[in-house]
Amino acid sequence: MRITLNGEPRDVTAARLTDLLTELGYGEARVATAVNEEFVAVGNRPEVTLAEGDRLEIVAPMQGG
Amino acid sequence: MRTFYGTELANPLMLGTAGYPSPAILSEAFRASGAGVCTVSLRREAAGGAGQDFWALIRELGLPVLPNTAGCHTVKEAVTTAHMAREVFDTLWIKLEVIGHTDTLQPDVFALVEAARVLSEDGFQVFPYTTDDLIVGERLIAAGCEVLMPWGAPIGSGLGLNNEYALRAMRAEFPEVPLVVDAGVGVPSHAARAMELGYDAVLLNTAVAQAGDPVQMARAMALAVEAGRAAFEADPMEPRDMAEPSTPVIGKAFLS
Repeated sequence: MRITLNGEPRDVTAARLTDLLTELGYGEARVATAVNEEFVAVGNRPEVTLAEGDRLEIVAPMQGG
Repeated sequence: MRTFYGTELANPLMLGTAGYPSPAILSEAFRASGAGVCTVSLRREAAGGAGQDFWALIRELGLPVLPNTAGCHTVKEAVTTAHMAREVFDTLWIKLEVIGHTDTLQPDVFALVEAARVLSEDGFQVFPYTTDDLIVGERLIAAGCEVLMPWGAPIGSGLGLNNEYALRAMRAEFPEVPLVVDAGVGVPSHAARAMELGYDAVLLNTAVAQAGDPVQMARAMALAVEAGRAAFEADPMEPRDMAEPSTPVIGKAFLS
């Protein structure tokens, strides 16, 4: 299915968010996620599945003022 | 000494982590600054991206981390970003920015108050980036904020304390509330001045990161906040319009 990952179209296989993060290569990385602009906490990732056209945001620590 | 949600800072300087020439210079500047807090942000991460290395660098600093919601323009965006930051940085602290005006990066104070209320009710410890408006300050406190961070001047402008009268009024209005001048500091004298007014800390980034020698400027800022605080505690003299000889007049030899 095709989702939007951080604003870019992306074809993915896994539907469950935990599996999807592994598929995308994030592994154990320290990241936070939001699906369709709603925050998904680490503990809730196993229960969240993505569908065609969903928007996934993955963010990580970055420099800031 | 006023504390920030119960945390006493080693040094009244909150230093940003953006825009340094290199990670090594960032680390060295932080050591030279003796900063009591480092500010950070969240951005989109590609797999295997730079965020993980940056996080390792921040942990090495060993400082309290203050994540921001920089670039957010709505309550929802800021609240969602705050939730992501709480998880990634494992802290209840959030530097709440809700930007209302593109050119000046002036906060949208109405959305700011609403976001502060939502986040405070959810257990966050909110550090609101606000204007120097007293009524907005009151509303933020009513919304649950225990710290106020008025701007000195627009973010990254280096203009210093644009409205010293307003900052002084804010200090007088909220004697018990920890106050931080956040944004606008360009040179150490600005930071010293904020501390002379009785502010509890200064938050800055660009002034150090974009200086020709960030490490030297970090040291200068450390000295400035220390000098400003000592001066405030020393209860400075009142300025006056007319001269008053400091050398005693009595006993001067008659020589003309």
